Amino acid sequence: MQFMLLFSRQGKLRLQKWYNAHPDKLKKKITRELITTILTRKPKMCSFLEWRDLKIVYKRYASLYFCCAIEQNDNELLTLEIIHRYVELLDKYFGSVCELDIIFNFEKAYFILDELLLGGEIQETSKKTVLKAIASQDLLQEDLNEK
Amino acid sequence: MPAVRGDGMRGLAVFISDIRNCKSKEAEIKRINKELANIRGKFKGDKTLDGYQKKKYVCKLLFIFLLGHDIDFGHMEAVNLLSSNKYSEKQIGYLFISVLVNTNSELIKLIIQSIKNDLASRNPIHVNLALQCIANIGSREMAEAFGNEIPKLLVSGDTMDVVKQSAALCLLRLFRTSQEIIPGGEWTSRIIHLLNDQHMGVVTAATSLIDALVKKNPDEYKGCVSLAVSRLSRIVTASYTDLQDYTYYFVPAPWLSVKLLRLLQNYTPPAEDPGVRGRLNECLETILNKAQEPPKSKKVQHSNAKNAVLFEAISLIIHNDSEPNLLVRACNQLGQFLSNRETNLRYLALESMCHLATSEFSHEAVKKHQEVVILSMKMEKDVSVRQQAVDLLYAMCDKSNAEEIVQEMLNYLETADYSIREEMVLKVAILAEKYATDYTWYVDVILNLIRIAGDYVSEEVWYRVIQIVINRDEVQGYAAKTVFEALQAPACHENMVKVGGYILGEFGNLIAGDHRSSPSVQFQLLHSKYHLCSPMTRALLLSTYIKFINLFPEIRTHVQEVFKQHSNLRSADAELQQRASEYLQLSIIASSDVLATVLEEMPAFPERESSILAVLKKKKPGRVPENEIKEGKSPTPVTNHNNETTNSNNAVSSDLLGLSTPPIAQPGNTGVLLDVLGDIYGGKPNNSTPTSTTSNMYNPKKFVCKNNGVLFENDLIQIGVKSEFRQNLGRLGLFYGNKTTMPLHNFVPSLLWSEDQSSKLSMQMKPVEPTLEAGAQIQQMLNAECIDYYTDAPSLVITFVYNNMPQKFTLKLPLTINKFFEPTEMNGESFFARWKNLGSTNQQRSQKIFKASTPMDLQAARTKIMGFGMQLLDGIDPNPDNFVCAGIIHMRALQVGCLLRLEPNRNAQMYRLTVRSSKEPVSVEVCDLLADQF
Repeated sequence: MQFMLLFSRQGKLRLQKWYNAHPDKLKKKITRELITTILTRKPKMCSFLEWRDLKIVYKRYASLYFCCAIEQNDNELLTLEIIHRYVELLDKYFGSVCELDIIFNFEKAYFILDELLLGGEIQETSKKTVLKAIASQDLLQEDLNEK
Repeated sequence: MPAVRGDGMRGLAVFISDIRNCKSKEAEIKRINKELANIRGKFKGDKTLDGYQKKKYVCKLLFIFLLGHDIDFGHMEAVNLLSSNKYSEKQIGYLFISVLVNTNSELIKLIIQSIKNDLASRNPIHVNLALQCIANIGSREMAEAFGNEIPKLLVSGDTMDVVKQSAALCLLRLFRTSQEIIPGGEWTSRIIHLLNDQHMGVVTAATSLIDALVKKNPDEYKGCVSLAVSRLSRIVTASYTDLQDYTYYFVPAPWLSVKLLRLLQNYTPPAEDPGVRGRLNECLETILNKAQEPPKSKKVQHSNAKNAVLFEAISLIIHNDSEPNLLVRACNQLGQFLSNRETNLRYLALESMCHLATSEFSHEAVKKHQEVVILSMKMEKDVSVRQQAVDLLYAMCDKSNAEEIVQEMLNYLETADYSIREEMVLKVAILAEKYATDYTWYVDVILNLIRIAGDYVSEEVWYRVIQIVINRDEVQGYAAKTVFEALQAPACHENMVKVGGYILGEFGNLIAGDHRSSPSVQFQLLHSKYHLCSPMTRALLLSTYIKFINLFPEIRTHVQEVFKQHSNLRSADAELQQRASEYLQLSIIASSDVLATVLEEMPAFPERESSILAVLKKKKPGRVPENEIKEGKSPTPVTNHNNETTNSNNAVSSDLLGLSTPPIAQPGNTGVLLDVLGDIYGGKPNNSTPTSTTSNMYNPKKFVCKNNGVLFENDLIQIGVKSEFRQNLGRLGLFYGNKTTMPLHNFVPSLLWSEDQSSKLSMQMKPVEPTLEAGAQIQQMLNAECIDYYTDAPSLVITFVYNNMPQKFTLKLPLTINKFFEPTEMNGESFFARWKNLGSTNQQRSQKIFKASTPMDLQAARTKIMGFGMQLLDGIDPNPDNFVCAGIIHMRALQVGCLLRLEPNRNAQMYRLTVRSSKEPVSVEVCDLLADQF
């Protein structure tokens, strides 16, 4: 995977994760271009589109769009399920996640993503294992806070 | 689990709320600037900031950055957080560094030190945090700093599983940045054996890594094939309860299955081990069988995961292309998906079927679905799905269904989305050409294309129809008649005028017997369009007119009248003015014999692959092709019909009609001063060539991949070269053109090539006259013979005196060793067999890994490689982006077979070039020559 973007129906970027180094200017350009492209697509349309030499896979959950850029021969359907797994993880962690959770706890959203994907590849597909890892991080934090 | 932790940063939450409450963009910016000033003040002034405060401010900066604002401070504070003993502070520090990393920063040393400390930590959570940070940054510095450490972590028995997973992917990320960090030798087998690991998460991560390593070095990692097949076999036969949490919506380990299936696509089917092959086929069959079972859940996640595995299995079946039974079953399965109600599945089925259509085993099976696919093209609501349907129709087309498919595509073109029209035009043009049994049908299709979608008909397409008409006698009369009729339409597209002009200029005589299309009617019809056309088309029409003078002497005065009108200031365009006056003079001065010779019918073009195809090939659909014809920018403003030069030009010309923008009908003229009409102007300096504005131009590098063109040019002189090679012999024509108004004296070209070198490449050059008159051009022939392998290339030293000033230029001649290549066609099997053979010792291969010097354009790369002289072998490398080539270098003493593989890596903008041959110096030289081109 090359990058993942989360943005709202109003076109506000909520989370961005780049697995290849690009200059900030280019990142902004790509983001703008993709948000406009995807927001103009109709609900029944296909979740995949060809974009430059990449494939875009996106899915909408409530008010948020999750959008991933993958290489030509990557598996599109499974990318949809990576998105879904991420949503499930956020949901479990925040307890019925909503856009506000991601805005106010953006750092957590990043930490969870880093457990799921590393360097653009899936690291751990087991929901339990990821949640356990996040929980032990939180635990470590609270231990130290008590001291 | 708390949604917001007790430790939640209140200040941050308040700040985020403030931003959200801002009513306007201005208010938001104001609030942010206020906050930035506040944080800056804190970081500068307040030395007593504690960890919590630093964390809070760093987090705020991060938030501001993610809103899209620039952040130019706070890095130091974030680096401080890295060494905090509170995990939450450390974590925020790492997050900030990962998102806002600045590789040039001097902080990188400090960051690396902190990461080192955490990597050595006994707490796996800290180690993983460090690994994540390395992977997120993934820079060369990171690779250098941790390239030794991480492989050890990965294979050590003491490492915990969670750490191994991160280490595998971290290593993968660094490998993408610098390929040399992976140790070879015993590590290879240890890495491969991770496929046997107990822990599914470790296997999943390791498979991604191995996939990348295999791509670099398939032979070394060959051992992974049987392990991957075993692992896959265990998964597909597992029940969904066996794998516990690695079962996703009743599908056992879909991610790992897909990765294993992809890994296997790096190899040809395991032929030497029938057991492995049998087991793999069983797996693939099981996956196909499961697709027929009723779903275990109604959830889309279940069907997505299940079908993800299925599609990947089908990709492998297509890649292996060896099991007819599996291929046909795959095709039937995809056929069912074509009418599925999920748009995503229809899209993927169309896409995957495209590949099936190219296999001889399943081509017929795909054709059964033609009707549904045509419906998809017409009825799908989503243009990206329609596009896939067009691609599939193109792929499934053959002689038996071409007329129908082409007709359907033409019908659809009338209403097709603008975004896909140009590509559709290319596809229709290619299909019509490829499957034409009756060329009148072909002519009709192309003219229809121009009528329906004239704006989208690129130059390549109309050049091509002209080539074909010129090469096929049987269709010329029909073509002339049809274009003549098409031109009678009140509004016809300019491209129609171009094609019509050209064809009538060549073959108008074939329909002149009919009084409705008599010479003067033809001429008037064309000329009635003249004023509506662009200068380029007008230039073409002027050439048609001069050709008419030859074809139809009876309208000569009429045509001359038109030339007169346009030979003066009324023609604002200098090119047109000049054409008109030169043609006028030609028609007045030349005898009818000379006219007949000069304006003779175009000779046949050499048969070659359609250049439209070259445009479309290699290119995934969706993007508009670039105009291919970039060379030959300095046209001579004259129709060059000297038969001798025309023919030799044709033989080596690599572009279509050899014409680029304004000029017409100068096959292969790549800018050499070859003004055949120069003589008519007697002593007048030939200052009319548009090239005269070019200042000093000399780029020997580009001649590695081409044989003709302007070798050197400055204000005084233009030196053109044309070369031909056969076996170990080469012949160069050097053209020296004096661009000034004074003669060049003591004009002496000589060769610079050492005695030793001459025993390997010998050359003879005929002497030339010592004076090069003003505006004149002389030609010098040079014969070369390759005797033994050599490096570099000889130079040409030109000395002369201009206006009493001695001048001297040294130019590299386009006589590099690759010129003596003979392209060699071979299939994938024999290529890889030889490749393996030649790779056995280091003496035979040469490899270079280098950064692309210009933005990667695979189409341009392709053109270069084709010009390099070896045979480009399409479709044998598993990765379609890679180029593999084969060729033989001919020398008097011996012949050296040479294989080459160029692997572009778009992510990294790097190339890897490998050359293998039986002689090391040859491999090295060929590698150096070609590497220099990218």
